[in-house]
Amino acid sequence: MIATASTVVFFGVLVFIVVNAPGWPRFQEAFLNGPIFGDSLPKLVSKFWVNVQLFLMAEVLILLFGLLLAVLRSLPGPVFFPLRLLATAYVDMFRALPGILVILMLGLGIPALRIEGVPKDEFFYALVVLTLVYSAYVSEVYRAGIDSVHPSQSAAARSLGLTQLQTMRYVVVPQAVRRVIPPLLNDFIGLQKDTVLVSYIGVVEIFRETQILSAATFNFTPYVATALVFVVVTIPLARFTDWLIARERGRRNAGGVRVPSRRSRMFGRLA
Amino acid sequence: MTAALSVQGLYKSFGELEVLRGIDLDVVEHEVIALIGASGSGKSTLLRCINLLEPIDAGRIVIHGEEITAKGVKADRIRRRVGIVFQAFNLFPHMRVIDNITLGPRKVLSQPRAACEAEAIALLERFGLADKASDYPDRLSGGQQQRVAIVRALAMQPDVLLLDEVTSALDPELVAEVLNVIRELAGGGMTMVIATHEMGFARDIASRVCFLDDGRILEQGPPAQMLSDPQQPRTRQFLNRIIEAGRL
Repeated sequence: MIATASTVVFFGVLVFIVVNAPGWPRFQEAFLNGPIFGDSLPKLVSKFWVNVQLFLMAEVLILLFGLLLAVLRSLPGPVFFPLRLLATAYVDMFRALPGILVILMLGLGIPALRIEGVPKDEFFYALVVLTLVYSAYVSEVYRAGIDSVHPSQSAAARSLGLTQLQTMRYVVVPQAVRRVIPPLLNDFIGLQKDTVLVSYIGVVEIFRETQILSAATFNFTPYVATALVFVVVTIPLARFTDWLIARERGRRNAGGVRVPSRRSRMFGRLA
Repeated sequence: MTAALSVQGLYKSFGELEVLRGIDLDVVEHEVIALIGASGSGKSTLLRCINLLEPIDAGRIVIHGEEITAKGVKADRIRRRVGIVFQAFNLFPHMRVIDNITLGPRKVLSQPRAACEAEAIALLERFGLADKASDYPDRLSGGQQQRVAIVRALAMQPDVLLLDEVTSALDPELVAEVLNVIRELAGGGMTMVIATHEMGFARDIASRVCFLDDGRILEQGPPAQMLSDPQQPRTRQFLNRIIEAGRL
C-alpha cells in the first residue's frame, strides 16, 4: 500500500515538473513527434534485424572463443606457460582497449591493407571485432567458473587416470559452465546494446538508420523509437537473467554439497 | 614375495612445512595396511603421493617392480593402476552414478560404453547399489555416495586401492555399510592401504598397522600387538587418547 502510494506520488511529481517545464512544447515536437514516430518505427525495426543477426552470430563465436581462452589460462604446469602467457596478454589487451577504438582500427584498417582474399564486407568485420572484444570479457567469466570448481574434483578425475585436458572437458568445464550461465547472460545484454557501435564502420543497422532518419526529418523522434526497441528487447532478457540467478541461489541454499570439507585446504591444486 | 607397492625414503614438503620425512613402506600383494596417526601426521599426503597427485621431493615409489616416480614416467598411466577413494567422496555432481563409474573406463581405457556399463552395473549390484545407477550423487546418502566412489575406483581394476579416511565424513550410522564394502574387498584379496581412525576396524581387517607420527612411520606390526601392546611411548599416548574418546 505504502509502496504503491509513494510510487504514484513520486512519478506524479516528476511528470508534473517535466510537463510544466518552459521547453516542454518544443521538446514534444522534437522528440515525441507522433507521425515521425509512426513512420520511422517500421524502418528501424527492419534494420534492427541486422543487429539481431550480428548479436546471435557473435554470441556463438564468443562463447566458443571465450571458453578456449579460459581453458588455456587455466592449464596448470610449466609446459603450458607460453599458452597461458599468450591468452593472458590477449585478455589484458582487449579489456584495456575501448571497444569503439578496436572497431574503428580493425574495421577500417584491415580492409585498407587490400590483402588479396581478405573480405571487404563491413558486417564481417563487425562480427570479428565484437567477437574479439567480448571474448576477452567472457573468458574471465568462464575462468571464474572454472576456479570455482573445487580442486578435489580435478584430483578425483586425475586419480582415475584422466589427462589434464580430459579432466577439463568432462569434469571441470561442464560444472563451471552451469554456474556461470547467469553472468554470461549479463554480458550478452551488454553485447546486444554494443552492436550499435559497428555503425561507425559503415554497417547500416538500427543506429545508423536512426541517424539517417533523424537527419532527414530534422527531428530526434527516431532516437526515442530506437531506445524503445532496445528497451523492449533487453528488459525481458535482464528479467530472465535475474530469475536464473535467483533459481541458482535457491539451489545452492537447498544444499547440493553435503560434506564439510575439513580437509579441503589439503587438496591443493594439482601441480 | 615381490612387493605390490614399495615406498622408499619418501620426503614431501609443502613450502616450509615438512609433511613426510623419510617414509619406508613395503606392501605385498593381498596385504591390507592400516595407517593410523593423528591428524597432520601425513597419512593423506602419503596416499596422495602414492597416487602421484602430489609431486614428491625425494625417494622412490615402486609398483610391481616399476618405479613410478622415475623421470619420464607418465603419471596418467600409473594412476589407472592405483585407485584412491577420498574422505569427501568427490563424486562428479553433474553425472549420474553410472556415468561417474564408467568415465574412467570409457575415456582412459577406451572401452565401449556398453561393456563399461555392464561392468558398472555388476559392481553396483555386488555392493547393493544397483537401483541407484541412474541417480545423481546428491540424491544419495553419504554412505551410498562413498560406496559409489569405491565402485568408481574399482571399475579401473587397480592393482592397489588407497582409502583416505573414507568414513570420517559420514554420520555414525552410515559408517558400517562402507566398512562392510571394504571388508569384502579385503576378503577378495584386494591390496589396500587404508588411512583410518576406526581402530576396531583396523584390528579386524588389517594385516599390518603402521603408526605415522610427524612424517615418519614410528612403529608398525600386526594389529593385535600394535593396538594392545605398542612399544613406542608416542604410539601409546596416541592410542590412549583414542581409548579416552571411546573409539577403541
